[in-house]
Amino acid sequence: MSRIAARFAALKKEGRGALIPFLEAWDPDEATSKALLRGMPGAGADLIEIGMPFTDPMADGPIIQAAARRGLLAGVKVRFILDMVREFRLDDQATPIVLMGYLNPILSYGPQKFCEDAARAGVDGLIIVDLPTEEADLLLPHTAANGIDFIRLVAPTTDDTRMPHVLNGSSGFVYYVSITGITGTRSASSADLAAAIPRIRRVTDLPIAIGFGVRTPAQAAEASRVADAAVVASALIDTLAGNLDADGKAKPGTVEKVLAQVKALADGVRG
Amino acid sequence: MNQAIPPAALNSLRTGPTERGRFGEFGGRFVAETLMPIVLAVEQAYAEAKKDPKFQEDLAWHLTHYVGRPSPLWFAERLTKRLGGAKVYFKRDELNHTGSHKANNCMGQILLARRMGKTRIIAETGAGQHGVATATMCALFGLPCTVYMGATDVARQAPNVFRMKLLGAEVVPVTSGAGTLKDAMNEAMRDWVANVNDTFYIIGTVAGPHPYPMMVRDFQSVIGEEAKVQMQAAEGRLPDACVACIGGGSNAMGLFHPFLDDTSVRLIGVEAGGHGIETGEHAASLTGGRPGVLHGNRTYLLQDDDGQIIEAHSISAGLDYPGIGPEHSWLHDIGRVEYVSATDNEALDAFQLCTRTEGIIPALEPAHALAYVTKLAPTMDADKIILMNLCGRGDKDVATVAAHMGVTL
Repeated sequence: MSRIAARFAALKKEGRGALIPFLEAWDPDEATSKALLRGMPGAGADLIEIGMPFTDPMADGPIIQAAARRGLLAGVKVRFILDMVREFRLDDQATPIVLMGYLNPILSYGPQKFCEDAARAGVDGLIIVDLPTEEADLLLPHTAANGIDFIRLVAPTTDDTRMPHVLNGSSGFVYYVSITGITGTRSASSADLAAAIPRIRRVTDLPIAIGFGVRTPAQAAEASRVADAAVVASALIDTLAGNLDADGKAKPGTVEKVLAQVKALADGVRG
Repeated sequence: MNQAIPPAALNSLRTGPTERGRFGEFGGRFVAETLMPIVLAVEQAYAEAKKDPKFQEDLAWHLTHYVGRPSPLWFAERLTKRLGGAKVYFKRDELNHTGSHKANNCMGQILLARRMGKTRIIAETGAGQHGVATATMCALFGLPCTVYMGATDVARQAPNVFRMKLLGAEVVPVTSGAGTLKDAMNEAMRDWVANVNDTFYIIGTVAGPHPYPMMVRDFQSVIGEEAKVQMQAAEGRLPDACVACIGGGSNAMGLFHPFLDDTSVRLIGVEAGGHGIETGEHAASLTGGRPGVLHGNRTYLLQDDDGQIIEAHSISAGLDYPGIGPEHSWLHDIGRVEYVSATDNEALDAFQLCTRTEGIIPALEPAHALAYVTKLAPTMDADKIILMNLCGRGDKDVATVAAHMGVTL
């Protein structure tokens, strides 16, 4: 069983959903993001999503755009991110790691080589924002061959006719983009979520994570209850960004502040 | 969709793209799932409109009576004498309403947006020519319009910014990245994701997700179709070479496409060489880039070793883009179109030459095409013919040119 499937199965027994916190690689530097990654499982992260910076993050709002810019300024490369996961796996064999990013850096690295190297480093899933089902054959043979889950995104605009097409052959979990919009801008209402999640359940038995607009412990609790997991990104980046000095360097205590927020979110999810 | 291809079309270069929006390995639909349904809806709506004689009649009527087509074909006699070689003809698309070829495409897309019942229009713009054309069509049809424009371009194209505002458009300066066309397109995509239900995105060039590269090409092909007929009337034959500048490549695609199967006609695209290809500060995606994915399509891109997009540089805001339309990438790889480049300084020289010898102030974009024509024409015999697309007028550029000449306005 994959790490992702095992983790969701275990949580099901516990009777609760998952918290999936996000960090942007090298935001604002290597040491900070490595410390965040190391500390997240202890703070209550059930899975972890790592953002791979890209110069042109078209689905992201100003908060994650700025995080990506800081990561690139700090000199992050795709191979450094895989190295970071490999280091993390020395101490943690259980927490699933999902990489989230845009296609071009992966294309540049080579889709096959990327999937091989990512699997070897201990990556469990990929979320590629600009690789819809229609173009996924570019990567699917390589994710499948290397036991990596290619996580599908479902949006409010994905209608019932299209849903089976989007989820055909999917694995890991389903990422529900809960608003029509970019990251870090607004939140879906409870009514929206209550209507949307059953639409997806009718098509798949996979766990469903809700992302975009999940900011507070209460929202995370609701998302993990209505669905199976809550992804929190912009709210954590906001905290990190608020603890940078005038030169954009992390102040002492930055990592602790972000991890304390992860802990509060995890407490929310745990009820 | 599985229509049999007529035998005559089997060897044609004009049948693309495939159902998946591919020209060879280029093109496609690399967008977020949120946008995928609307991209498919635009594709279907366009396929229906294309076959609908009423839509085509409506478009033709508006092109004639509002845009001012056909644009003239002009024999640039003094320039020809000066260059001392092939005869140089200009396709005068700078005489369109709004001053560039952009009106052809905007008229087509806004008629499609109306047909789809969309009530709000967004666009990206570099030099502001596409933004002005979009704002104009929105004024004509009474639709609200938001134009995204890089902050750098807002500063260097002030007259066009004011024109858009006069036309009632909201102009949003984009400060991310270098504040140029690429960043404006990112921001327009973000707006579209957030307003996908009521908004139509009028993309200004032959790039973006399928069907845009095909659709914009179709709307711009009126340039080449007219020029072919006009050239027959003027010279009784086809030109020997067609030359056009390329940023995203819409004016070039519009000129070239009707000539793709005419193998006697050389087709030459001129990219922006900026400070010179060797300096790394340029916008020549085909000359200095490699294939990748950006803004919904797979195409040649300026990028670093890690797949991060590199900022382009050109004195011309309309060419200042690190990508190029996917059909150009394909035509480059199969060798049907030659792609060359002209530097900022060469374009500035050509700008002045055109102004003095023909009394036409060209935009800095086609000044790049002219810069190459000034090299090409003298190498060809006097009975040869070059057709150049003069795709925009230069009023918007006078401040930029003055600054380079050391003149304070």
